[in-house]
Amino acid sequence: MRVAITSQGRDMESLLDRRFGRAAFFCVADTDTGELTIHDNAQNLNAAQGAGIQAGSNVAGLDVEALITGNVGPKAYAVLKAAGIRIYLAPDGTVAESLQRFKDGLLEESLSANVEGHWI
Amino acid sequence: MKIAVASGKGGTGKTTVAVNLCLFLADAGLQTTYADCDVEEPDGHLFLKPEIISRRRTGIPVPQVDPEACNLCGECGSLCRYSAIVVLKDRVMTFPELCHGCGGCAYICPARAIAEVDRPIGSVDRGNAGKLGFISGCLDIGQAMSPPLIKEVLKETPDDGVTIVDAPPGTSCPAMTAVGDCDYLLLVTEPTPFGRHDLELMLKAVRSLPMPKGVVLNRVNGPDAAMEEMCGRYDVPILARIPEDRLVAEAYSKGLTAWEAVSGYRTVFADLWSGIQKDAGRCGE
Repeated sequence: MRVAITSQGRDMESLLDRRFGRAAFFCVADTDTGELTIHDNAQNLNAAQGAGIQAGSNVAGLDVEALITGNVGPKAYAVLKAAGIRIYLAPDGTVAESLQRFKDGLLEESLSANVEGHWI
Repeated sequence: MKIAVASGKGGTGKTTVAVNLCLFLADAGLQTTYADCDVEEPDGHLFLKPEIISRRRTGIPVPQVDPEACNLCGECGSLCRYSAIVVLKDRVMTFPELCHGCGGCAYICPARAIAEVDRPIGSVDRGNAGKLGFISGCLDIGQAMSPPLIKEVLKETPDDGVTIVDAPPGTSCPAMTAVGDCDYLLLVTEPTPFGRHDLELMLKAVRSLPMPKGVVLNRVNGPDAAMEEMCGRYDVPILARIPEDRLVAEAYSKGLTAWEAVSGYRTVFADLWSGIQKDAGRCGE
């Protein structure tokens, strides 16, 4: 299956980006084939509002079944849930470590947002 | 003539100047209207104590998508600058609280699947305080977006007589919306480093707006060379230097205006009005 992981850099040794909406990159890993693609999220970095919604919509377009990140706000959560993507919140570590924790079943699925929105 | 009273820093005395100037003009026999555009926290009514004749609710149009008609083409989501409408694989989601009511999505939808429905944001009050006309906007608690309501307040201002627009503090969208189409812009500041710094932010923000601008220095206690130099640099006259007086604070803490409670302040506003007229004349208004 395809899994998206928010990343601070362009490879699996980069640190997990705890932010979802304004994550620097999304790494998409296929757990079956091992294929890895990197997607830039710079457009949302300076978004005044709606970064979580936009990121949610972009990730939904990447055809992933699951997302691994640090924090997800209420609007981002609504979009991801509507798109049927399961959300896993991981502790600090590299992208590779986060993916391994997911594969080992150490990450619990998150059933709600874990942080507030930034202004509305 | 529409005069907007703004600032950079909050708390410099916009409402004090706006309210007292209105009382002077009404007393001088001019048809005068006070319009409170500080819709997040209107306070003119505390001093003018108007009789409210009407209150109307107002809102902004937000999208409602007909899922039967929608073909998920994604045009609406691509157009929206605010992520208020987003298209997923099997449905469209809307976030009405982010919508700025531009109408773009409804306009551009090729399937004509988007209707606009009203989302209430606040109210506009109309009334009188003696001879003075009174209009005020009040944003609903929990609403974050004031410019649409400010525009509704400004729509109600009369075309004749003098209207004094009490603007919100700051230099961002609410303040710029409130001052946008006035004939003269008064900027109120105080003689502190914050007052000077934030006045400069506002002077920069309004530099490209066509109306003439003048500064009111409030709570003055001695000469302020730095302020004078800065206003000179921006070519903006200082129309009034209102002296600091504890009696003014005592009056407003009781909901009284300087006009009614502090003798000697009447001439301040008479002189300010002359200054505005002279400067507006100088600028060809």
